[in-house]
Amino acid sequence: MGKEDCGMIPVLDALWFTFYLLMFFGLLALIRLVIGPTVPDRVVGLDAMTTITVAAMIVLAAIMEEPIIVDIALVYALLSFVATLYIARYLRRKKEGLQ
Amino acid sequence: MIGFGDILILVFAIIGVFFNALGSLGLLRFPDVYTRLHAGTKCTTFGTIFTVLAVVCYSLWRWIAVPDPRWVVISVHSIIAVMFLLLANPVGAHAIARAARKIGIRPYGAVVDEMEGMKND
Amino acid sequence: MIDGFLFIQIIIGFALVVTAVTAVRLKNLLAAAIALGGFSLILSLEFYVLQAPDVAMAEAAVGAGLTTALFVLAIKRTSDEEVEE
Repeated sequence: MGKEDCGMIPVLDALWFTFYLLMFFGLLALIRLVIGPTVPDRVVGLDAMTTITVAAMIVLAAIMEEPIIVDIALVYALLSFVATLYIARYLRRKKEGLQ
Repeated sequence: MIGFGDILILVFAIIGVFFNALGSLGLLRFPDVYTRLHAGTKCTTFGTIFTVLAVVCYSLWRWIAVPDPRWVVISVHSIIAVMFLLLANPVGAHAIARAARKIGIRPYGAVVDEMEGMKND
Repeated sequence: MIDGFLFIQIIIGFALVVTAVTAVRLKNLLAAAIALGGFSLILSLEFYVLQAPDVAMAEAAVGAGLTTALFVLAIKRTSDEEVEE
């Protein structure tokens, strides 16, 4: 990695620390996914965990200096709300079917 | 040797991590699904914007130091990813809030429900 | 550097086990499908950390979009709750 640039190493350490903290907050959102009492609670936990993980993936791509692995975060940001919309549509249709 | 770019990246990263911390903490502490949605969608989106802004500043700064096209690819793709996130997150939050209202989850501590009996809630 | 890598591996393994046990033990099948979505997200992060971007992208596309939609379609056709034998 780029150790030859002067003044660059504290910023790299700060980005590593940012990545660790983001993974810890993703674990906190995972607790809500596990213990959530209703289905929308779990969906909210999954949504927050997806957003935090996208941020962590982008930070790790900047640390590793790999431009190709930002695209995984892009795919997740684009596709994560398909599951959310499907589950919300299922809940509404189920309630309307019961009435 | 701390320069202006260091300070900018550190401030953006600190703001992003702080708002992500508030979002995940509120996701654990709040009492019902609507307030959890409020914390878990808005705060994490805002924190992700500032974290990605720190990454974009870092990559542009490295590109100014050594002109390598990888840094431009990283910054442009990060901006595209956060724009997709900005499009997708409020849509999903709105759909989940409507579904939770539809299946009968009441807000915590609510005494008056003005949407009771409305046709298209 | 190797210390940080080990730390990431420990966190990801712990989260994988937690989401898998949650998806097995939940009685509501829709909640189990959501837990499998979280499992797929963490597995994609594992492939990402191990620097296999093509596998991680396939896992992201299949796990986030396709699998949850298929599970919700199957649950819509049958039943929401787990049936006792």
